[in-house]
Order: sequence, then structure tokens, then C-alpha cells
Amino acid sequence: MQRLVLARLLQAGLVVLVVGILCFVLVRALPGDPAMRIAAGRYGPDANITEAAEQVRRELGLDQPLLVQLGTSLGQLARLDLGHSVVTGLPITKELRIQLGATLWLSGSALVLSLLLGPPIGLLAGLRRGGWVDNASLGGAIVLRSLPPFVLGLLLILIFAMLLGLFPPAGYGTWRDLALPALTLALGLAAVSSRVARDAVAAVVRTPYLAFARLKGLPEPVVVRRHVLRNAAIPVVSYLALQAIYLIEGVVVVETLFGIPGIGHALVHAVIARDVPMVQGTALAMGLLFVVIAAAVDLTCHWLDPRPKRI
Amino acid sequence: MEPPVSRKFVAIAIAMLAMSGMAAAKPLKVVGPWEIAGIDPAQSGFVFSRMQVAETLVSVDTDGKLTAGLATSWSTSEDGLAWRFRLRDGARFHDDSPVTAAVVADTLRKVQGGAGVFSQVPVAGIEPDGQDVVIRLSKPFAALPAYLVNFTTIILAPSSVGSSGKVERIVGSGPYRVKSLTPPLNMQLEVAPAWAGAKPGVAEVDYQAVGQGETRALMAESGEADLVFSMLPVSVERLKRNPNLDVRIATIPRTRMLKVNAASPLFSDVRVRRAISAALDREGTTRVILRNADLAATQLFPKALAGWNDPELPPLKRDLAAAKALLAEAGWTPGADGILQKDGKPFSFTLLTYASWPELPPIATAIQAQLKQVGIDAKVSVGNSSEIPARHKDGTLEMGLVSRLYSIVPDAIGTLRDDYKAGGSDWGATGWSSDELNALVETMAQTSDPAARAPMQKRAIAILQSELPSIPVTWSELAIVANKRVTGLRVDPLEVNYGLASIRWAQ
Repeated sequence: MQRLVLARLLQAGLVVLVVGILCFVLVRALPGDPAMRIAAGRYGPDANITEAAEQVRRELGLDQPLLVQLGTSLGQLARLDLGHSVVTGLPITKELRIQLGATLWLSGSALVLSLLLGPPIGLLAGLRRGGWVDNASLGGAIVLRSLPPFVLGLLLILIFAMLLGLFPPAGYGTWRDLALPALTLALGLAAVSSRVARDAVAAVVRTPYLAFARLKGLPEPVVVRRHVLRNAAIPVVSYLALQAIYLIEGVVVVETLFGIPGIGHALVHAVIARDVPMVQGTALAMGLLFVVIAAAVDLTCHWLDPRPKRI
Repeated sequence: MEPPVSRKFVAIAIAMLAMSGMAAAKPLKVVGPWEIAGIDPAQSGFVFSRMQVAETLVSVDTDGKLTAGLATSWSTSEDGLAWRFRLRDGARFHDDSPVTAAVVADTLRKVQGGAGVFSQVPVAGIEPDGQDVVIRLSKPFAALPAYLVNFTTIILAPSSVGSSGKVERIVGSGPYRVKSLTPPLNMQLEVAPAWAGAKPGVAEVDYQAVGQGETRALMAESGEADLVFSMLPVSVERLKRNPNLDVRIATIPRTRMLKVNAASPLFSDVRVRRAISAALDREGTTRVILRNADLAATQLFPKALAGWNDPELPPLKRDLAAAKALLAEAGWTPGADGILQKDGKPFSFTLLTYASWPELPPIATAIQAQLKQVGIDAKVSVGNSSEIPARHKDGTLEMGLVSRLYSIVPDAIGTLRDDYKAGGSDWGATGWSSDELNALVETMAQTSDPAARAPMQKRAIAILQSELPSIPVTWSELAIVANKRVTGLRVDPLEVNYGLASIRWAQ
């Protein structure tokens, strides 16, 4: 278990280094004059930005050679100083605290909701393979997973916010505001995790030890609770780490649609405005989030199945 | 014995009072498209001045006439070089410090050195004098008060500035003060106790920035928002049919136009520019994309800019035959594929635009199709808004579709002076200037008498209409949607002040 934690710490360090270099290189490689872009990000599309751009260039040292700028940027990162946003002027840590908070609430609720929806349906489907629950959930999963989050979100707004008036269509502040965006992401996640759970449960149902448990005369709920759940949980939990990718990608779209001031929304604006510290900060936050989720999944799998892994 | 007033009645009365108290304390939910990126007045000052958190020295009424802001009156010396602004008695900032001439002078001096529009005024010095602020100019400039309406000149308390010398919080002098600010999307306001004027009708305001136009429409329809600014044209019809909503539409002084590089061999001939203007189908474009054919621009300035729109000027209109004739006169002949050519080179260029305003890319695509009909091949490129000033600077811009705001300073002379000076500007002319126009503009800048200005304005507009360094395409509207729960909304076409303090809950 110590090896697991050590491996993830090493991965985190690598993420910081790679993200730091890549962000700088990629943003600088984008076309257009960065000073002009930053000025447009600060003052909007109505302002005269040519003079402002010259001030920005001087202020940020954008006329220095690229290697010098990369060195300064990496040096700051090594000192764990994320710097200030070149557009808003606020420290990156302060911006991230607000935005990461919003994104964590959103993704956390989406994950919890998806765990309440997906695996239970998968369990029922897997216990009776080929039954109506199995076929219906397959159809539902295909439809929900193939709809992009943007379309799904709009459909949910139309049904729950406009027709039924239960939840607000956009905004961030109360749990009611989070309901629809979390549901949008949760449905996509649940679609796949229900199929993974279904396959895992179906595999367990075919094992000899389960047949024996039933032959022994154990009631079905006891069989499920004692034998099926823990064995089927391992693939589902390991798949959660991969689902984090869907979450991170979906969060960008959902935040823009529902007006949530999260990391995804901030990243999009930062790239357009060539705000390198902000791009770096948000990419680091997302990368490290992924590492944390992977580490948590590793530990949970280890707890579920403590048998040493065969090399 | 029965108590004189039954206990049940008292309980119900208290409950009703509490509920009505709660209803009055319910915040007014305002939704708009502007995000609060950074707290610097030069960047997001317009949000604070529109929401009446901070004030400028001068303000405007809904007809565009200058009215009192923090300054109740102003006057100029005989030679026009010294302006005196008298500050309002008893004005205090939200931290209870008084609004003194010294604080105002300090703020304005800082703004003068920045990159906002106020730096274009020929200021020689700004000094406090008792309760007056005296601004000395290096040459007469009649439009000075109009420049003091711009949001970059909002007056903030000294406690707004942190140790780094930058603005760290907004401590203004308006009827509302900031209760909490979560950039970039949320701001909560409450009535400022330091406000000595008429008490605002609504005690708390919650502003939410929602960038997607469709989402704003949904928030208006579902009743989640009480006041929503800036609707997309396609949503307006649907919202008008909703019995709970009150849709107000105001024509705003914003023109969408083609910024032409008149130094390029393609566009240096004025006949070519007139031909392009005659090839545009402005009515069709505005009817379909903006849902209002009245927005077809017949000249550069819309009617909302009093004095700058000349009703007698022959309007720009579509005439394909005339367009083709003008192009032929300029030496362009159709090639084998229908595209015009001259000296073996085809009439082909890139039309640059940006998506910050969602209607610009569709309008650019429509223009591309319309120009094709006279044999001009335009390629549409949608980029970032900063690319147009960047290409203007290095001279590689061919043509851009831009949206130009003429109310940055309420007197259009401000924008005109900058846009068409020698060398042009980010959003004005490229490769074109007219000595006559520049002389007229300079004289107008020093003339305050409207009767003396009128013939000069007419002549200036006529020059722009004839030379077409910027080819006007459409004018603009602003749609504001209020739930019938609120009353007292007034729409400011110059978008300087949204009048939140005069909004009340409908009984």
C-alpha cells in the first residue's frame, strides 16, 4: 500500500512538470499576438486595445526571448508560486479556490448521483441476464451516452425547469442550482457504469461459488449482499478512475451551459485570452484532481481485494 | 372572557407581516451577459456604474442629454481652457468617508494616465478647489463633460486601493454597495446606508452573469430571474408572447460595419467601396438574422444619436446593377469562373470577424453570399476580436466586420475623433483619412453651441457617406426582459445606468 501512495506521489510530481512546460509551450504556439489577446481579455471587444497591448507587453515582459520566459515560468512553479492572472490580476490560488470549489461540488454531486443510479440498475440487470431490465437498461445507456452533455443538459432544462418548474435553469449558489447540471453529468456516467456493473455481476453469477451459495439454501438477498457485491465492485470501482476523464471533459461544457463559475469555464476563457498562469493553474488543478481520484480508486480497490497482485 | 383581539388573529397578522417583510427582503435577481473579469475600473467599471454602485461626475438621461452625476453643475471659463465641476453636497462613500474634491482630483489624474478614453482629452492639470474640481486643458475641448460619463472615470474611495496600488475593492458612492463579489459570475448588492438620496425600492440585488443567450432566455421564461439584459433576436418573439414578461426594446448607438483597408489595391478606389455597399442586402440580412428590418443601416449613425443622423442624406441601398457598373468602371472584368479580375489577379480577400457578438459570424456569411453575386470572392474567417486591431497595426487587414459602439462617450465626437484621425484606429478607418474631416472634427470638439455644430456635423456625415472608409451594414437593438413582478424599469439606450434604484416590486 505504501508503494501505491508513493507511485501516485511520483505521478503527481510528473504531472506538475509536464503540465507546466506543455501549457507554456502550447499557449505560446497558438497564433496571434499574446499581448493583444490579453488586452482584449481585460478590456473587452469594444475598447481600443493597441496602446493597452503595449502596456501589457511591458508589464508582463512578453518581449523577452521565449526561453527566458519559460525559465521564469518554471522557476515560479518550482517555488510553488502559481502567480497572478494576467487578465484579472487576482492571485491564481484565490481564483482556483473559488473555481475548484464550484467544480468539486459539481463533480462530487454528479459522481454520487451516478453511483446511486448506475450500479444498482446494473446489479438488477446482471442478476437476470437477458431479462427486461437488462435490455431496457442497455437501450437507455446507449441513448444517454450518445447524447452530448450539451444536448442532454438542454433537454433536462426544458423538462425540469421550463415544463415542471422544479429547478432553476442556470446559476450557482444553492443545492437547487446544482441539481440539473449534476444530473446531466450523472446520467452520462451512470449509463456506462451500469453496463460495467451489469457485466461484473453477470460474471460473478456464473461462478461456481455463487452456484454453491444458492445450492446451500441461502436466501437471494443474502447471496447478493455477501458474495456478489464485493466481487462485482472491483471492476466498477476501477472504472471510476476512467470515468473521471468523462467528468473533466463534461464539466467544461456543463459549466458554460449552466453558468457555473468552475474550472472548465475558467480554462476556456483563459485559453482564449492567452492567460498562461491561469491555463497552467487550471490544467494543474484538473491533472492533480485526476491523480487524486486515481489514488483514491487504488486504495479502495486494495481494501476491496487485499490479495497481493500476481505479477 | 374573550381577549379583545383573538390570539389567532394576532398570529395570522404577525405571519403576514413577516411574509411581506420577507418578500420585500427577497433580492432582485438580475441576469446579464457581462462577466466581472477583474475589479479594475478600466476593465469592469461598467458593471459597477450600471448597477449604481459607483458614480461618475456626469451622467446622461434616457434621451442622451448630460445630467448631474457626482457633479451637480459645471461651467467653463471664457477661453474654454478651465472647467469647474461642483460636487454634490453631502455625498459619502460606502465606507462613510466624504467625497471631497481632493479624492476626485486624485482619481481623475490616475485615470488620465491610463489607457481609457479620458486619456484622449488634452488635459493640462486637475486640481481641487474647495468643493469644486478644476480641470485645466491645453486647448478648448467642448466635449469634456461627455468624457466624464464614461465608466473608466468612476470615482472610488481611497480605501478601494490596496497596498499594491491597484484597486482591490469597490467602495463607491452610489445607492447600492457591494455585499459580496464572487468574480467572474456573481455579485450581491445591498442598499448603502451612506446614500443620502431617495431610498431605492429594492433592498437587495443579486447579479448573475450568464454568457449563453439561450440560457438567459430560459431564466427569464422560467421566472427564476426578475430582470434579464441582452436577449438574442431569436428569443425575443417567444418572450413577447409570454404573459408574465415585459419585453422592452431600445435602439442603441452601435453600428455593425465593414472596416475596409483603403490602402489595399483592392479597395483604394472609392468606386469599389461604393459598389460593395450597393451589393449588400441590408434589409434581408437584418430581417432574417436580427429579426427586425428597421435595423438596416442607411448611414453610419443610427437615429438614437441625436444630431448625428441626417434624415435628408440619400440612404445606402441595394442596387446590383449600379454595383456591377461601378466595378466595371474601376477596371474589374468577370473572369471565366465569374469572379472579377484585374491585371490577372482575382478579386479575392479574407473577411475577418469575431464571435464575441454572436450575430457577427452569420452576418459575415450573408455578406459573403451577397458579394459573390457581383463577382467578389470573400473568405470568412472568425477569430478573436484582438486580431482586427492587430492586423490594422501591421497593415495586413483586408476587410473586417466589426461592431462599433458610439456611446463610449455620449457625444459621438469622441469616437469620431479617434476612429478617423490620420493613421486610423483599431475600429475606425484603415489606410484612409480626410484633412477636411479632421479639420471639421477638431473645430467641432471646441464648439459647444449646437447651432454652430449642426452644419459641421452634416458635412462630416456626408463625407463619411460618400467616401465609405467604413461601410455601415446594420444598426443594433438591446432587448431587456422584466418579469411583471417588478415595475419602474427604465431602459437607457446609452447603457450607462440601469436605474436599479427606481425599480419596485409590483403590488
